[in-house]
Amino acid sequence: MAYSEKLIDHYENPRNVGSMDKNESFVGTGLVGAPACGDVMKLQIKVTPEGIIEDAKFKTFGCGSAIASSSLITEWVKGKSLDEAGAIKNSQIAEELALPPVKIHCSILAEDAIKAAISDYKSKNGAADAAE
Amino acid sequence: MNELKAKPIYLDYQATTPTDPRVVEAMLPYFTEKFGNPHSRNHSFGWEAEDAVEVARGQVAKIIGASAKEVIFTSGATESNNLALKGVMKFYGKKKPHMITVVTEHKCVLDSARHLEQEGYKVTYLGVKENGLIDLEELKAAITDETALVSVMGVNNEIGVIQPLKEIGAICRERKVFFHTDCAQAVGKIDLDVEDMNIDLMSISGHKIYGPKGIGALYVRRRPRVRVIAQITGGGQERGMRSGTLPTPLIVGLGKACDILSNEMAEENARIKELRDYTLQRFRDRLDDIYLNGDEEARVCGNLNVSFAYVEGESLQMDIKNIAVSSGSACTSASLEPSYVLRALGVDEELAHTSLRIGIGRYTTKEELDEAIDSISTAVERLREMSPLWEMAQEGIDIKSIEWAEH
Repeated sequence: MAYSEKLIDHYENPRNVGSMDKNESFVGTGLVGAPACGDVMKLQIKVTPEGIIEDAKFKTFGCGSAIASSSLITEWVKGKSLDEAGAIKNSQIAEELALPPVKIHCSILAEDAIKAAISDYKSKNGAADAAE
Repeated sequence: MNELKAKPIYLDYQATTPTDPRVVEAMLPYFTEKFGNPHSRNHSFGWEAEDAVEVARGQVAKIIGASAKEVIFTSGATESNNLALKGVMKFYGKKKPHMITVVTEHKCVLDSARHLEQEGYKVTYLGVKENGLIDLEELKAAITDETALVSVMGVNNEIGVIQPLKEIGAICRERKVFFHTDCAQAVGKIDLDVEDMNIDLMSISGHKIYGPKGIGALYVRRRPRVRVIAQITGGGQERGMRSGTLPTPLIVGLGKACDILSNEMAEENARIKELRDYTLQRFRDRLDDIYLNGDEEARVCGNLNVSFAYVEGESLQMDIKNIAVSSGSACTSASLEPSYVLRALGVDEELAHTSLRIGIGRYTTKEELDEAIDSISTAVERLREMSPLWEMAQEGIDIKSIEWAEH
């Protein structure tokens, strides 16, 4: 399968690999996928009191497209507000990395991961944020 | 581009093998000056080609302990398997409409069996034990008065395990059931003797044994005689079982490949086994949490099917561009199904996604393996650093205890 240069670059030089302390109140964690399906994505965001994503980290078990999708989304969400980050669509990721059709699910997983991280952050920080 | 790209290291000998230069050399005259049709009876061009075909038939027969008359040439093991299953069942099926095969067989056996089922024949699919081998008691219990055929492969293409052919042959002979075995991966790797093993039909492939692609053979026993209904009809060549002009150069190549193995396989397999054991040991020394799939003893020397836990197989392959291996995980389909063979062994699905098949063969060197071991291990280490499952394992979290949302 021929992959795009951008995809290979993210796979070979993944951005923002790592972990944050999931118990910190300013950290939101999303863990999506399943080992039996061949991909698991963990995406974490560090959020400022103003609701801006200051930092993002990921760890992914999965194919090259899954790793590249998670690497790309960590780059994209940094500096964004929670609403902006939550509005990222999987199709944007698929387009940026030129994912082949059989790999579209990797971009869906990345979208699910950021949504899960945002919702984890919101639930940790109580109804105040969630109700905004 | 002036930049010379280093040739990748080939470690996929179960997929195919390069044609041995000695085989190519033997074939060449039959493309040009000795081009005759082996079925032409009226001139020397035909006789010359026919003689060459008969020499090759003898060479193929020799490596499996058969007589030359029992070998018919086909386009490859896929055709041989089709002919064996469909040919036998369609001849004997009126009285005995049942056959038995195994869930880990090659797709062409399983698909032939499916087609037979659609036509009303009955098929029993035996499971395998954790080591990939069938349970002989289960086989015995599956045979009925209606069973015409048992088809069990000699060596599995993915995990390299060797089925107990002699024991299976004895059971089939006692119960008066024909025994077919797909030996595409077994010829040249293990000693085969159709008499000693009571094999009635055997499929053979050219390109798995350093012969050319597009040629194979089917052994069909003459005493007691096994009848098959031809699947390709026409001029009645190959005793009516397989019509079509025989491809003399390819047949000469298959014969030569068998001849080389007859002389060299003991020595070759000893060398390959040493390389295989060395490779596995070095992986085990360097990496934790790696698992060999399939029986460690009852397996051919050139096959290492290893799961590198917590690292997905396809991403691993992407990282080792300089090495040609096969992944047990077919993450290219929307269904993300891991190998059906590994699943049949009861390998956890998450481990099945982490497997590589490393195939060692005639031209593999220790230097190549050293480079491959290093490259694969480095990739595994890098990808584990990136793997949330590895992180959880290090923290002592059992990944089975988590409720995953399967997608």
